[in-house]
Amino acid sequence: MADKKVGRIVKVAGPVVVAEGMTGVRMYDVVRVGNLNIIGEIVELRGDKASIQVYEETTGIGPGEPVTDTQVPLSVELGPGLIESIYDGIQRPLDLLMEAEGAFMSRGSLMPGLNREKKWHFQPVITDGTKVSPGDIIGHVQETTLIAHKIMVPFGISGTVHKIAEGDYTVDETVAVCKAEDGTENQLKLMQQWPVRNSREVKKRLTPNSLLITGQRVIDSFFPVSKGGTACIPGPFGTGKTVVQHQLAKWVDADVVVYVGCGERGNEMTDVLTEFPELKDPRSGEPLMKRSVLIANTSNMPVAAREASVYTGITIAEYFRDMGFTVAVMADSTSRWAEAMREISTRLEEMPAEEGYPAYLAARIAAFYERAGRVQCIGTPEREGTLSIIGAVSPPGGDLSDSVVQATLHVVKVFWSLEGRLAYQRHFPAISWLTSYSFYKDSLKDCFEDKEQGMEMEKMTVDAMGLLEQEAELLEIVRLVGAEALSPTDRLALETSRSIREDFLHQNAFHDIDTHTSMPKQYEMLKTILHFHKQGIVAIEAGVETADIFKLAVREDIARAKYIPQADMSKIVDIRKTIEEQMKKLHTSVAT
Amino acid sequence: MLSIKEYQTVSSIAGPLMMVEMVDEAKYGHIVDIELADGSIRHGQILQVENDKVLVQVFEGTRGIDVENSTVRFLAKPLELAVSPEILGRVFSGLGEPKDDGPPIIPDKRLDINSKPINPYARNYPNEFIQTGISSIDGLNPLVRGQKLPIFSGAGLPHDQITAQLARQATVLGKAEAFAVVFAAMGITFEAAQFFINDLHETGAIERAVMFVNLANDPAIERIATPRFALTAAEYLAFELDMHVLVILNDMTNYCEALREISAARKEVPGRRGYPGYLYTDLATVYERAGRIKGKKGSITMVPVLTMPEDDKTHPVPDLTGYITEGQIILSRPLHRKAISPPVDVLPSLSRLKDKGIGEGKTREDHADLYNQLYAAYARGKEAQELATIMGEAALSEEDKKYMTFADKFEAEYVSQDYYDNRSVEQTLDLGWELLSMFDNVELKRIDIKLIEKYMPKFRKSEREA
Ligand SMILES: Nc1ncnc2c1ncn2[C@@H]1O[C@H](COP(=O)(O)OP(=O)(O)OP(=O)(O)O)[C@@H](O)[C@H]1O
Ligand SMILES: [Mg+2]
Repeated sequence: MADKKVGRIVKVAGPVVVAEGMTGVRMYDVVRVGNLNIIGEIVELRGDKASIQVYEETTGIGPGEPVTDTQVPLSVELGPGLIESIYDGIQRPLDLLMEAEGAFMSRGSLMPGLNREKKWHFQPVITDGTKVSPGDIIGHVQETTLIAHKIMVPFGISGTVHKIAEGDYTVDETVAVCKAEDGTENQLKLMQQWPVRNSREVKKRLTPNSLLITGQRVIDSFFPVSKGGTACIPGPFGTGKTVVQHQLAKWVDADVVVYVGCGERGNEMTDVLTEFPELKDPRSGEPLMKRSVLIANTSNMPVAAREASVYTGITIAEYFRDMGFTVAVMADSTSRWAEAMREISTRLEEMPAEEGYPAYLAARIAAFYERAGRVQCIGTPEREGTLSIIGAVSPPGGDLSDSVVQATLHVVKVFWSLEGRLAYQRHFPAISWLTSYSFYKDSLKDCFEDKEQGMEMEKMTVDAMGLLEQEAELLEIVRLVGAEALSPTDRLALETSRSIREDFLHQNAFHDIDTHTSMPKQYEMLKTILHFHKQGIVAIEAGVETADIFKLAVREDIARAKYIPQADMSKIVDIRKTIEEQMKKLHTSVAT
Repeated sequence: MLSIKEYQTVSSIAGPLMMVEMVDEAKYGHIVDIELADGSIRHGQILQVENDKVLVQVFEGTRGIDVENSTVRFLAKPLELAVSPEILGRVFSGLGEPKDDGPPIIPDKRLDINSKPINPYARNYPNEFIQTGISSIDGLNPLVRGQKLPIFSGAGLPHDQITAQLARQATVLGKAEAFAVVFAAMGITFEAAQFFINDLHETGAIERAVMFVNLANDPAIERIATPRFALTAAEYLAFELDMHVLVILNDMTNYCEALREISAARKEVPGRRGYPGYLYTDLATVYERAGRIKGKKGSITMVPVLTMPEDDKTHPVPDLTGYITEGQIILSRPLHRKAISPPVDVLPSLSRLKDKGIGEGKTREDHADLYNQLYAAYARGKEAQELATIMGEAALSEEDKKYMTFADKFEAEYVSQDYYDNRSVEQTLDLGWELLSMFDNVELKRIDIKLIEKYMPKFRKSEREA
């Protein structure tokens, strides 16, 4: 591509550079800035002056240096090779950058998102002469053991396919030619491009109708998120946002996971990079890395590239959704993205709204979450894809009135509220059961093959939540008048609530077995806790002392049920029998 | 190569900032020397260039600079530190100039103090346990090599004793490797800095220490550069000379105030409490320089110290620090009043990297379960303590009373220890079991039964008797 327009820098202020002589360039075009040729994007045009957000550190750059227009908007490369990659905010592969430049990131490196040398085996699913239009699947590439990558006709191309052939290709070799009605020929390749700031088109948007199972008890049973749904997880520092995001990235039943580390810690990405190749997906037994794409623009990396990173991530996710996959995006943390916007906006001397954020903050956040959804994809064969977004939010001082939290709560359907107090008690995940909510709870019952069980689970979660709400009230009474004032059933309610909290909601992410709980096991665990409660009420009515009920040895079994492996689940059912036996003994001792 | 150019075109001076006009080829981020009428030299850095107008922040402040008789020399390079192995044992100013009586450093090379970001792919996950000898850290919030773990303190709390104890005692078990201490003082008192330095002298560690000292009465703007000088020295020692470096940055609150001053002088839209909106990003470029790197032997472990204004951890400085660092050790005034020392507020303290640094082969197999249980029991005991202060002890249930007793003992015996008491991690772990032995197994839900049977003193005793 010919680089045409050349302007010259007149101002450098941190991540924003202003250049003059830029008539004719377009908003959001990518430009190369200064003698170092570093990458930037046009974010404001005024007369012949363009403001540019620069994706790399600007030290050493000054007025007079050139700016070259590339005439393309900021885009990502889409095709085989995305899975198992780790990219910076503008899709430069970090592994290859390290090979080229060493451990510290230099400036001005150009590195395509997709490997140009690697050959992929392409298996066509259509034959020459087939009429195709955008989104049609023309063939497959087995990208990893888990992902059969569908090669789709790019948007804007249609016609009749020629010269399609099975074989080994690099991403930019021609696998077929598409001849339009007017005679123009387009080469079809394994790779296509898409501008990150535009959402990819869909045929039709549908309402989410099934749950994204995460293996996290407090989420699945109480505040579930759906396939194609949106969730946010705000909380003060150190309360468990990242651990929840990592847990979801590990255990959700999605086909593809895109994890965006946006302005967070380097070591957290290293953690994912070292764990994911080792950890096995519980459904397929394959390493989790084989379905993951990582974007890492850590807090010390350039702030403009951080702003772009969430778009890079979501565009890659949409592309996999378009193949008909279930895709989940984790963005940690959207606050850092918002702050990057604020930083750029300040340098552009835009009029600030609340807390210095630009006036368009809420609109950008809403537009981002709108890219989630369950959709009917464009093209043949007909297929449905889903894209869920789970965003962490890091409000200053943990204050939920923060602009980013508020703008996010306006659009997302699930709110996992992390509480400092719970984290300090090491109650993890520190998701508050009193303030969190989910609009997708109706789908919970459909997660069970057995309809009856589904209905029962739904009812149990309502009962359990009722007990937890009752606990909050009872504790208030205790604080006012002391524990003496409580009736025996109140005391039992307190103990059961404690059991729900400690034995069910509490889940240790770092315990081999506890880290992930299947839906049937969640059902058995909750049922057992509530069974103890019901049996306790009967015992109290028969005159048994609460102290004796609380001392029953079976309570230890209930507490340790979470450590019972999935394969031995019948042992949890056995605990319910033990409850009955031990309660029976109490009854007889009262009777005699 | 850009040449050095001189200008006498200062057009305005306001606060720590200076505007120079009609400048050719100035580059963002580069440094200048300012020669005053009396021949003295100040140092500055370019904050913004627009056409031929250059905005400069003056590290030593602008007092005494005049518009007419000052000469500004554009040095065409970023701020640099001259390094060689000889920097060990030396004291530098907050701007990286030798401040002791030693000879000038003959540089092996000059390094840009802003460094470059570590490629996240190049990091090695920190997982080597550092024994500090302090139970509230080793047992509950273990520090690992390459971690950044700040101390959130308050005015008058003993953070200086703790950092000195860390520098004195921190070791990786079973390893004798080259280590170094890099100490950056930012706006702290002469006395506080001297306390630390004396301690290094006493242990002989001074030979392996590099100090960058900006005291309370030194120029405030200089503090913006001080931690970067310290980290540049640390990176050189760790990644070029293969040393394990402990970096102590004291006090980051003063650093942030210097940034706030510049931001106010630039009339930027202020963020919370007047701190600039980019404070998070700026702090990250300091803190994220800790770590380990693939293929390099050395490491940088960082312990920043900050004082929380009004002991408020939601203040922007501790808040944004906590959002970047890998945990925090919080000191508590109430514990300090109770004469618990070090007064570590265990519950809100946290080490995020502990999980891969402890356990079998690192510390001991029972470590994780044990701290989970200690946390749970102490949290419950603390609640009981609070309830007791509202309702009186009489209102507590028997259970609650037991937990309250536990919390008291835990603070007095486990958290509290002498500044010269260097406990081995086994001692710390055994002490934990000792304290938990007042509970029945049913209450020790967080510990694997097998571990209870193996480590709980009462079981061990019966084993011995049998
Ligand atoms: N489910 C869990 N099981 C066990 N420990 C947990 C769990 N969740 C969080 N933790 C503990 O809490 C620590 C802090 O969690 P995390 O790093 O996720 O916080 P965060 O909210 O992302 O903080 P920040 O906003 O500063 O990034 C973890 O290092 C871990 O020790
Ligand atoms: Mg986090």
